[in-house]
Amino acid sequence: MAQVTLEGVRKVYEGAHGHVAVHGVDLDVADGEFVVLVGPSGCGKSTTLRMIAGLESITAGKLSIGGRVVNDVPPKDRDIAMVFQNYALYPHMSVRENMAFALKLRKMPKTEIDQRVREAADVLGLTTELDRLPKQLSGGQRQRVAVGRAIVRKPAVFLFDEPLSNLDAKLRVQMRREILALHRRLGATTIYVTHDQVEAMTMGDRIVVMSAGHVMQVDTPGALYERPANRFVAGFIGSPAMLFLEGTLTTNGSPRFVAEGGAPSIALPGAVASGTRGSGNVVLGIRPEHLHLASEGPTSADQSALDATVDLVEPLGGEALVHVRAGGHELTARTRSRDLPEVGDRIQLVADGRRVHLFDAASGDVVRAGR
Amino acid sequence: MRRAWQSVLLHVALVAGAVVALLPIVWMIAASFMPTGEATTLPPKFIPSNPTLEHYRAVFTRLDMGRYLLNSTLVALLVTGTSLVINAMAGYAFAKLRFRGRDVTFRVLTAGLMLPVQVVMLPLFLFFKQLGLINTYWGVIIPSMASIFAIFLIRQYATAIPDDLLDAARIDGASEARIFRAVVLPVIIPILATLAIWTFLTTWNDFMWPLIVLSDERRYTLPVALANLLGEHVQDVELMMAGSVLTIMPVLAVFLFLQRYYIRGIMAGSVKG
Repeated sequence: MAQVTLEGVRKVYEGAHGHVAVHGVDLDVADGEFVVLVGPSGCGKSTTLRMIAGLESITAGKLSIGGRVVNDVPPKDRDIAMVFQNYALYPHMSVRENMAFALKLRKMPKTEIDQRVREAADVLGLTTELDRLPKQLSGGQRQRVAVGRAIVRKPAVFLFDEPLSNLDAKLRVQMRREILALHRRLGATTIYVTHDQVEAMTMGDRIVVMSAGHVMQVDTPGALYERPANRFVAGFIGSPAMLFLEGTLTTNGSPRFVAEGGAPSIALPGAVASGTRGSGNVVLGIRPEHLHLASEGPTSADQSALDATVDLVEPLGGEALVHVRAGGHELTARTRSRDLPEVGDRIQLVADGRRVHLFDAASGDVVRAGR
Repeated sequence: MRRAWQSVLLHVALVAGAVVALLPIVWMIAASFMPTGEATTLPPKFIPSNPTLEHYRAVFTRLDMGRYLLNSTLVALLVTGTSLVINAMAGYAFAKLRFRGRDVTFRVLTAGLMLPVQVVMLPLFLFFKQLGLINTYWGVIIPSMASIFAIFLIRQYATAIPDDLLDAARIDGASEARIFRAVVLPVIIPILATLAIWTFLTTWNDFMWPLIVLSDERRYTLPVALANLLGEHVQDVELMMAGSVLTIMPVLAVFLFLQRYYIRGIMAGSVKG
């Protein structure tokens, strides 16, 4: 068991352009914690994981695992195990040999190897597949073997590099649950990379959101959703994504946001965070779940009504997404109402002024978080 | 109906081609069993009137072909063995290992493919003379121990190995040598089998370079010895045919025996496995 600490860890690729893949990551992963690195492709999350694994050299900064600085320690001596996106099973070895390979290299006695492989196979439901070759297995089974290969080693830290992206949607949900159950059972520190924010939200104790080589925010799933630190995190976490309106903030009298073009206009109850310029260009963010149809119920004092024209209605069964156009801006409301409008209808939407976020138009940093 | 005709025509053409290709070989084998003089009669015969093994006996006793057979076997096996190891390591390194100057080196190497072998022979001969390798087995073996074409082929094949597979082995604790032996080699076996056959065949059949390097008759390889004997025994057609059969039989056997690997290797990469 071990904690993992990154202090200003950077990765710059050699070459004429000196491409910076990761700009100084600071991160503390507690012993036994499940931390997810998430971000769009090319954000540096996999590079960060590969630096922790020892597969990429660290250009600058300090990486320690279990209190020991391991910048120059080869992967095999870092007490880590890794599961890869495309399984990376040895194609000419049986399931049993795949799992036993690392133990054999460590010159572990044969009886202990057998026992550990059997235990892992038991946990993962692979007991009957032990003598098969990887090509005779289904995708889900292959990924289980890859997980098995990691757990037989009983490492201090598990690293997962997008392990579920090659699986179909249903299997992905199932494997997600299995990996979490395994984590609870083994209690090992786990660092998990994914580009899928749903995977990140459902699995991580804490989530590290990355973009263009920078860490945007590190927090629990709930906090990322409720209090995103900047526009990137706000737009990345949550599905359907948060909507953004560019406009101005006026604080003469009661604070109010007016979108470009004069409409829509949303009242912002409660004080705007101190340190905010009294007025100026801001970006307002609101989640579809905080926009309602006016027909759903009475409007309270904190809410603003917006006039809109319906562009598209997407019924999803339990709920529906209503895409509208309001004052030249596109918005989406998420509603549980059964009385859905038709395309082209002129309707009223209600925005919950307490739940909107405001971001600085230039930097994208949050100036007022929703409640 | 039209398809049937096309099929018939195609088969006729193929059979005709096969006959043209096989006839000399069939005649060579038949002639090697004919009594002296029968092979040169007109019209040419394809079946020995009175089959005899006397030429084969003569080939081994009078002409000492056994020794040449041994020379050829030694050279071909050594070249095949060493070149497989060296080319596999080089091809893998060019495909998968990161080192300074890798791509430049590889480009220079592939440019070397454009040089005809004959152009290299004179400088190589002078170089080997200085090294004292003329008229030795090593003089024949060393130039074939690495082949740009083989390195290129193995590199192309090894490029398809996923990096994650090698990284997984690194994390599992395998050394680079172990990764090559336990992970890379088993994966590239099809291309190695193809190259083994190809190297064995070309080395066995090689004529020009052994002729240049070897001056002592006792070190001759089969093709060189055969050409040499042809000058003295131009009248003994049956005897020469027995020698020729002896020369091509091992390669034919190797090819027939391993052709499925050979074909598989040639086809490798063309179809997603």
